[in-house]
Amino acid sequence: MQRGAVGCIWLYALASVLLPLGLFGLHALGPRWFFPALLPDSLSLEPLLALIGNPRTQAALGLSAQVALLVTGLAVLIGYPAARALTFAPLVGRGVILAVLFLPTVIPPIAIGIGLNSLMLQLGLAGTLIGVCIVHLIPVLPYVILTLSSMLSRYDRHYEEQAQVLGAGAWQVWWLVTLPMSLPALAVAALFAFLISWSEYLFTALIGGGRVITLPVLLFALVAGGNPTTLAGVALLIVAVPMLAILLASRLLGGGPQVVGVR
Amino acid sequence: MLAPALVIVGGLFGASLWYSVLKSLGYLPFIGQFQITLEAYRNLLPGSGTPASREFLPALGFTLWVSGAATLLAAAGALGVVVVGLGRTRAPHAPRGIVPLLNLTLAFPHLVWAVAIALLLAQSGVLARVLFQLGLIATPADFPVLIRDPYGIGIIISYTTKLIPFLLLMLLATLHAQTDDYAAAAATLGASRWQTLRYVTLPLVLPALTAGMLLGFAFVFGAYEVPALLGVQFPRMLAVLALDFFRNADLRSRAEGMAISVLTGAIVLLVAAVAYALTARRTAGHG
Repeated sequence: MQRGAVGCIWLYALASVLLPLGLFGLHALGPRWFFPALLPDSLSLEPLLALIGNPRTQAALGLSAQVALLVTGLAVLIGYPAARALTFAPLVGRGVILAVLFLPTVIPPIAIGIGLNSLMLQLGLAGTLIGVCIVHLIPVLPYVILTLSSMLSRYDRHYEEQAQVLGAGAWQVWWLVTLPMSLPALAVAALFAFLISWSEYLFTALIGGGRVITLPVLLFALVAGGNPTTLAGVALLIVAVPMLAILLASRLLGGGPQVVGVR
Repeated sequence: MLAPALVIVGGLFGASLWYSVLKSLGYLPFIGQFQITLEAYRNLLPGSGTPASREFLPALGFTLWVSGAATLLAAAGALGVVVVGLGRTRAPHAPRGIVPLLNLTLAFPHLVWAVAIALLLAQSGVLARVLFQLGLIATPADFPVLIRDPYGIGIIISYTTKLIPFLLLMLLATLHAQTDDYAAAAATLGASRWQTLRYVTLPLVLPALTAGMLLGFAFVFGAYEVPALLGVQFPRMLAVLALDFFRNADLRSRAEGMAISVLTGAIVLLVAAVAYALTARRTAGHG
């Protein structure tokens, strides 16, 4: 592989990560940065600390974390057995099931979001944290199940039989064989679930009804005010958490190219 | 084992789709309207004289323009990066470390990405400042309006730049799955690097690129956040128009908003079906 030849891809990838980060960083740390200055007069942590100390930001950060973690937990708990069934069980109508799981990944949120709003109102779940979590599962679960089942197709169940033959009980098989062997797949699926839920705006806004204000909902509301320092600060908060998660995951897992999706 | 997942995804999804369709057909029990009617859909057609009829077709055209332009530009960009980046090597594998880096762009939700684009391309944004320092413009007003412009330039730039990493990952995944045999065979037969690229690499990635483009098109076609942030009041993209109409206090326009959202979903489904058929045919052909 020639070094110079891949420089183009590197340059693009680096720019598309570093450029927005730099833009947000300079705006968040340099509140006095006006046209035509190329760089802020001075940088200080003060505006960012003030933003993080703000109760409204803290509430949004807390809600975002609660929702994303709850959704991740639920999605893995519900998605793992489903993916196992999809991979190993003899199923009638597998095509239909796959279609049902595939649809929410392409049908735009707007097409079902408005109907979903009416539905959740009727169920009394509109404007609640649990309602928002349930609704997030619609885009999250398909990705989790499809990821898990594609990774489980390389899973060798003979190890479980082996353990059984050697006298392990059902619980021991699960705890000592199944879980450790599924851990990489579960980690990737959990990362996807977290990413999708953490980034979700429209479903949260429509179902949360102004009462479940997560970080993306807060950012959207702040755009109207147009204060670049605050906007950039909130954007940094939104980006920082999944960035750490992705870096951690790719460090732990390595592996070839993987496509997560357009979302 | 599958039941809970299917109940949540299929049940909620199906029920809300059913609700959307019913309401777009004018079934509004809470105001005592149980009659099913196509009125909301008729109101979208030109010549019906309603506010919706003046907005719908321009919105449809604008949405097609934005999603088409963004998808084509992104495909050209991703392909260009692959051709320039990998064209001179015989075995087109992704270099180590590039995939995690490209994956990092996934940490930016479209909403956040749009904010970055606005900070960069606004009339007093960073790019305008660079041009000022170079002496090319004298005031912010000299910089072209790219954010909240009637042609959707800001929206297109936001989606194009966000779609390139997605398509790039798709292309790299396809190339990664190929063995070196084809390229090696081409080399043995005396193909130049350019010929290998033209007759081996490109045909190999084209099906994946087409499927990725259709998925990207479908995604942009139904998207809400970015056009809501970077767009103007007229023309609006379909998703923005649908939600604005739905939030209108007038109940008739609520049904029209529902109708627009249902039509948007139907068009997206059609595009996705084509993408799916293309992928299925390819897998069947190779299996």
